[in-house]
Amino acid sequence: MIPASFDYHAPKTLAEAVALLQRHGDEAKVLSGGQSLLPLLKLRMASVAHLVDIRHLPGLEYIKEDGGYLKIGGRTRESALERSDLIASRYPILHDTALVIADPIVRNRATVGGNLAHADPANDHPATMLALRAEVVAAGPKGERTIAIDQLFTGLFSTSLAADEILTEIRVPTPPPRSGGAYVKLERKVGDFATAAVAAQVTLGRKGEIERCGMGLTAAGPTPIRAAEAERFLVGKTPDAKTLVEAGRLAAQAARPSADRRGSVDYKREMVRVLTARALAAAVQRAGGR
Amino acid sequence: MATHTIRVTVNGTAHDAEVESRLLLVHFLRDRLRLTGTHIGCDTTHCGACTVLVDGEPAKSCTLLAVQADGAEVLTVEGLEKDGALHPVQEGFWQEHGLQCGYCTPGMMITGYALLARNQNPTEPEIRHAISGNLCRCTGYVNIVKSIQYAAARLR
Repeated sequence: MIPASFDYHAPKTLAEAVALLQRHGDEAKVLSGGQSLLPLLKLRMASVAHLVDIRHLPGLEYIKEDGGYLKIGGRTRESALERSDLIASRYPILHDTALVIADPIVRNRATVGGNLAHADPANDHPATMLALRAEVVAAGPKGERTIAIDQLFTGLFSTSLAADEILTEIRVPTPPPRSGGAYVKLERKVGDFATAAVAAQVTLGRKGEIERCGMGLTAAGPTPIRAAEAERFLVGKTPDAKTLVEAGRLAAQAARPSADRRGSVDYKREMVRVLTARALAAAVQRAGGR
Repeated sequence: MATHTIRVTVNGTAHDAEVESRLLLVHFLRDRLRLTGTHIGCDTTHCGACTVLVDGEPAKSCTLLAVQADGAEVLTVEGLEKDGALHPVQEGFWQEHGLQCGYCTPGMMITGYALLARNQNPTEPEIRHAISGNLCRCTGYVNIVKSIQYAAARLR
């Protein structure tokens, strides 16, 4: 399969890249790792007149803690996340996520920024970033602005990024002590999109009660979904089995999956219920609770 | 039609070429350079038959534009043998019957080669994890794992 014709640009600086996007507007698309975009172009499900490849832009690949945030460069590869000791030791929810995105070869090219900016509700990072209450940095003609993750996803494959903005950084607030998170994905095989997946991040209080909680759902609707009612229910509660079951029920209520080869609506909603309890149990355990 | 001049080093030889923006790396390798060892399987980033090394990392060459490989070092299955001698990974697939139809084999060998470059003594789960983006529809994976283990032992 061969994509429809387009022109290709490989600017050397962020300013040049933004200028190209500004000039070509909706006719242009940012090429990061290309692991979602190129298949779409090949299948002719999308076409674009100009591809602006950001591979030469300096300083877009890093993973570091700085100023109360974990900062991930927009072009950071999933394989870098997967192999990072910082991520494995301090952000296990992100390690879980990187490990189940596509397959190891795809992860050598796929990028964290691309996974978010592509805004496929079946992509894995959106739910995790919802759970972590992340924000993203968008660089455009007027400089930088930050977008809270809840404001990023506006529809199927749509974000609040302007046509001339590039997602340059993801910022995750450094979790306080006694925090933990997990991402649990049900997939038919390695490399498949999720049938359903749940991201859960918790912080425990002094008595072991849930003090803070973030939960995101993958492949559960036209956009990534925050399980807000389940979050509200959990705060202040002791995470015993009964509580996790109720959280699962509330998360399943928030899910709006559609039927496809991976399952019916009822089945997927049921899987959200089951996976929520599992993700929460793993998150609580990692936070040092039981 | 937008074209670009690229320089790609493939198996140690630099190639300068004029390519269309939309030309995929796998077509550049197979149709331009006549290196047909790299296979096109699913053409949708699933099967890994088209896996090559790009700057030392396995990549699915059906999901990479030739222009994205401008300036890169590419290794294909043809680059594994040296002076007529099979690389231990190739020898392993021979000795352990790691192939039947052979379609997935170039990708499997490139992925195995990259794994052993990073990890000289991989466990079976590590091997299975590494090749989880390469599909075999003939033999199952038992002999493929053995082939990579054979190569690991030879390389140690």
